[in-house]
Amino acid sequence: MKLDTKIPEGPLTEKWSRYKATCRLVSPNNKKKLKVIVVGTGLAGSSAAASFAEMGYEVASFCFQDSPRRAHSVAAQGGVNASKNYQNDGDSAFRMFYDTLKGGDFRAREANVYRLAECSANLIDQAVAQGVPFAREYGGYLANRSFGGVQVMRTFYARGQTGQQLLLGAYSALSRQVKAGKIHLYTRHEMLDLVLEDGKARGIIARNLDTGEMERHAAHAVVLATGGYGKIYYLSTLAMGCNGSAIWRAHKKGAGFAAASWTQIHPTCLPQSGDYQSKLTLMSESLRNDGRIWVPKQKNDSRAPGDIPEEERDYYLERRYPAFGNLAPRDIASRAAKERIDAGYGVGPQRNAVYLDFAHAIREYGEDKIRERYGNLFRMYEKITGHNAYQRPMMISPAAHFSMGGLWVDYELMTTIPGLYAIGECNFSDHGANRLGANSLLQACVDGYFILPYTIGNYLAGELGGSELSTDTPDFAQAEQEVRQQLDRLTQIGGTRTATDYHKELGALLYDKCGVQRSRVGLEEAIEEIRALRSDFWQNLSVPGTAGEINSELEKAGRVADYLELAEVMCYDALTREESCGAHFREEYQTGEGEALRRDENYQFVSVWGYPGPNAEPVLHREELTFEEIEPTVRSYK
Amino acid sequence: MKIDLKIWRQENARSKGRMEDYTLSEVNPDMSFLEMLDVLNEGLVREGKRAIEFDHDCREGICGQCGLFINGRAHGPMNAITTCQLHMRHFNDGDTIYIEPFRAKGFPVIRDLKVDRSAFDRIIQSGGFISTRTGDAPEANAIPIAHQDAEDAFDAAACIGCGACVATCKNASAALFTGAKVSHLAMLPQGRPEADQRVVQMVDQMEAEGFGHCTNTGACEVECPQEISIRHIARMNFEYNKSVISQNE
Repeated sequence: MKLDTKIPEGPLTEKWSRYKATCRLVSPNNKKKLKVIVVGTGLAGSSAAASFAEMGYEVASFCFQDSPRRAHSVAAQGGVNASKNYQNDGDSAFRMFYDTLKGGDFRAREANVYRLAECSANLIDQAVAQGVPFAREYGGYLANRSFGGVQVMRTFYARGQTGQQLLLGAYSALSRQVKAGKIHLYTRHEMLDLVLEDGKARGIIARNLDTGEMERHAAHAVVLATGGYGKIYYLSTLAMGCNGSAIWRAHKKGAGFAAASWTQIHPTCLPQSGDYQSKLTLMSESLRNDGRIWVPKQKNDSRAPGDIPEEERDYYLERRYPAFGNLAPRDIASRAAKERIDAGYGVGPQRNAVYLDFAHAIREYGEDKIRERYGNLFRMYEKITGHNAYQRPMMISPAAHFSMGGLWVDYELMTTIPGLYAIGECNFSDHGANRLGANSLLQACVDGYFILPYTIGNYLAGELGGSELSTDTPDFAQAEQEVRQQLDRLTQIGGTRTATDYHKELGALLYDKCGVQRSRVGLEEAIEEIRALRSDFWQNLSVPGTAGEINSELEKAGRVADYLELAEVMCYDALTREESCGAHFREEYQTGEGEALRRDENYQFVSVWGYPGPNAEPVLHREELTFEEIEPTVRSYK
Repeated sequence: MKIDLKIWRQENARSKGRMEDYTLSEVNPDMSFLEMLDVLNEGLVREGKRAIEFDHDCREGICGQCGLFINGRAHGPMNAITTCQLHMRHFNDGDTIYIEPFRAKGFPVIRDLKVDRSAFDRIIQSGGFISTRTGDAPEANAIPIAHQDAEDAFDAAACIGCGACVATCKNASAALFTGAKVSHLAMLPQGRPEADQRVVQMVDQMEAEGFGHCTNTGACEVECPQEISIRHIARMNFEYNKSVISQNE
């Protein structure tokens, strides 16, 4: 596998300008001859599809939800970062670049991260023009808040619904192009395979989820914007339908899969209460601006939180990380919470939570101000738990959230398959080994609005004058045949266990052995257990009904089948990285104080996995990371 | 808790549906309503029986995909929540619960409890946007918007497109959904240049999709999970009249 990053020459601050000034262009009258498939309609997919169509390309847009607006970007609560420096607190593109690179524990590519920071300001302009109702000061100008891992206020927000509002903006732009006839929209369609011709991405096989019909779609380029695979842990903050199937199937067709084990466990989620539970709801990180995290100093303290006096509370983040306190980055906050819970200081009926307390903030600012900032989050908390967080502290716990890993992409966001692009959370690019809060919406939007519309032209210019698009080819026929065979196999096992049974078992195993902490012994066990579980899946699964009809159990089964393969690569990825960095914490590699021990001399690279064929060990390739602009340091938030 | 369920089963849009009886004997009060249905479905699938199809995704009340008619109310007995946020602690041991799809001419049933709400997408496509292109936006702070105006626009923009307003309306009107989008964009300076065409196109599309007219019963705002006010329907009507009158001049 050849890993050519295609990073442009020149100083860091000029690379993107130089690229834009020199990349190939497609003339306006030729764009309409070129067709692009975009899979996924979250922020990355909607913004890319809309931007391509505005430029004149023909676009086919796919989502498995019943409307593009329902993609999981809607669930992002707290905000989106941009280095506008509206607060006059010394922010700049360079500072944002440095914060992001450091937040990712120096395991991302300098040029990509700088470009993300550089394009961030444009995004706010774009969203405001679309009518996104960001929070504003009384003078009418845009408001900001701060987020974890940084010391400036660069986060823009729309109450606790920033993702929803940004997505509605992108969805409205997409809708305008649907009306204009430039985007053909396929809702309730799931991509089940990628089709290659002459080694290039040439289309997809999709299943119409309402009818079960199999469809072939051809295009000059295929863009995957299918989101993260954090749902692999089953209990997660993700939507029920979130999956890794599109990227996994692209991987099996040759796309390198990078840093599979770098998955973020978010510190502020609602704790698990029972076996029936289907998800762990995220409470926005923005709450850590005003909430203070603590546990009792006494083990197994059964007093109500209000009865525990101030001096008997351990504000452990403030104690361990005085410079950042409650705004320590997510990986650090999650590990610190797990450490306290495992040591016996957890709170709540299952002793699996910590307190997030607003009493101090309410005393300082008044309840009304807190309600204005977080009202909908407090309301959501009460709906789910039945408790009023204005009167008693929230109980929170870490839960699987974001996948920094994903398909490897170069500077142009192209995967190792020519003509196949991956944008937003489904790629590995900007966040390194840990993503900072409010950078996820940013990356999805910047990829879709501002980067791919330029870089895809550099490829499509070479596709003009090639052979006519056709789905009546041997490659399409073979891909469709393979998909049909897999679906038939899933429906014909006739066992007694459900796809969810397997998903839950896999999730518990990964939480235990490839979650907040990993070890060689645990990972080696996990690989064996995953193989056994996968083998059992193909013998004892039950999927009633057929592939020729609406069948949500079949949809789940297909996704779980892919998760059972991806999980193994995650474990290999974690096993072969003998260091701790960001969200990847190997028990064998920690400092005397229990902090992550990075080993730059051996591991300053990104692991990129090649698919070796069924039931064989994945093949490791490396993208060495070179730092020209900054010096990787020990990542300290103390 | 023991719960008896009467659930709507329907093969497809053309077939006739019926209520079927199910019983769950060990329901935990802390389960969400959809988790209760998960437990029922898991049992059916283990026996090789077809699962009950229902819409859901984020399970935190924001994607708008879930929506069930529970004991005669859209999203069930509690106010200001989606179905996924309803918990079994709001029911009693021994209750019988009736579960039906959102019913409206504009929302044909696909199977069981799943309905087709693509009409909402087409209403947005007819004009629910500001015509700006990627890259042509001015500096964000170039247009100050008063705090209260931004907050009011947000109240309308908060619509999640679930369709509870339609399902509960005796006229199956989509006026609250359409009004919320018209109102959100009409209240912002960026949305004003197209306000006149937008409202007419969206209202025309709403009618073309088979949704009824608003007769101001206010049922929609009672069931709206985002508590969107019928003031936005009033603003849509105001914008509509203003637009029609100015075009007639």
